[in-house]
Amino acid sequence: MTDQPTVRLSVPERAKAGEVIEIKVMIQHDMESGYRRGSLGEAIPRDIIKHFRCSMHGETIFAAEFHPGVAANPLLSFHMRAQRSGMLTFEWIDQTGVRWSKQAELAVE
Amino acid sequence: MVGYRLTLGLMLASALMLVHAQTPGMAQVMQISESPMDKPLSGFHFLTPETRAMQQDDFANPGYLWVAAGAEAFQQNVGAGSCASCHDTKAMVGVATRYPKFDESAQTLINLEGQINQCRTKRQQLPALALESQGMLALSSFITQQSQGMPTSVSIHGPAAPWLERGKAYFFQRRGQLNLACHQCHDESWGKMLRGDQVSQGQPNGFPAYRLEWQSLGSLHRRLQDCESGVRAQTQELGSDAYLALELYLVWRSQGLALESPAVRR
Repeated sequence: MTDQPTVRLSVPERAKAGEVIEIKVMIQHDMESGYRRGSLGEAIPRDIIKHFRCSMHGETIFAAEFHPGVAANPLLSFHMRAQRSGMLTFEWIDQTGVRWSKQAELAVE
Repeated sequence: MVGYRLTLGLMLASALMLVHAQTPGMAQVMQISESPMDKPLSGFHFLTPETRAMQQDDFANPGYLWVAAGAEAFQQNVGAGSCASCHDTKAMVGVATRYPKFDESAQTLINLEGQINQCRTKRQQLPALALESQGMLALSSFITQQSQGMPTSVSIHGPAAPWLERGKAYFFQRRGQLNLACHQCHDESWGKMLRGDQVSQGQPNGFPAYRLEWQSLGSLHRRLQDCESGVRAQTQELGSDAYLALELYLVWRSQGLALESPAVRR
């Protein structure tokens, strides 16, 4: 896996107060299940993302726990109610504790 | 060519082909500039509705991860200068439709990946990118995506002509333990079921494509290796002359199809 995986975010730049918005995130990751074998019969070790968290002002908006059955390049889509402006932080933590994060600004009017 | 056309007309139980076979122009020797497929169908046609939806949704389509990485790499100042220091992104529109092409300076046929590496080694003074590496897939998918929706227009004349012949010979050559030629599945049997899947025409217009089987983006040459190991044949090297020639034949055969990269394929 590359050290800096590509992350794609779909977050509306602005929203009306109280509006329910959809957020979509995708991260480039092999999500190697650990159940596969290579062409020489050797076991391919598990390499997966374990946790995802989306937060704003330190408060968790959405969190997910991943397991080996999740496909590569996991896409998540969830909704939140826009209440105040701020920076949305998205973070992924893999099985060894490596953390990747990306931020997006949300303006609530 | 006539024999090939007749074989197609006789063996495909497609009403469309039969109607076409009766048109007066059919008996004439086919012009070389004319694609051998009467009406090429993109691999998209053979996908399930779910996979089609995945391709068409720019966010759900994981191929755009590589396109996004490529857009960044295109601007990145490396070696003697970024790709963008010579090429405006707008100037990349339509570029992918013209590959593979015969390169005068190298005196050989090159595909888009070959062109990227030529730029890197000659202009940017950088080492060539390994084929199928993340860096190569990012650039090739980004550049190909600039031509999305455009039909291919490869040149098959002059020095490219022997390459086309070589690619065509490869397409019709039986190979592997299963003793199958590309042509037997993708000309004669497309539309039929092969276990759970419908056999496609083997069109290259979606590549570099995100294959669900790979859980990754990959090039046409990687796909060709999969086909060959599927018939239990010895695979050729990525970027080999045999695959470049076959790529030219396939692209020419797909004439009229719009590029879809990054497509999603099963």
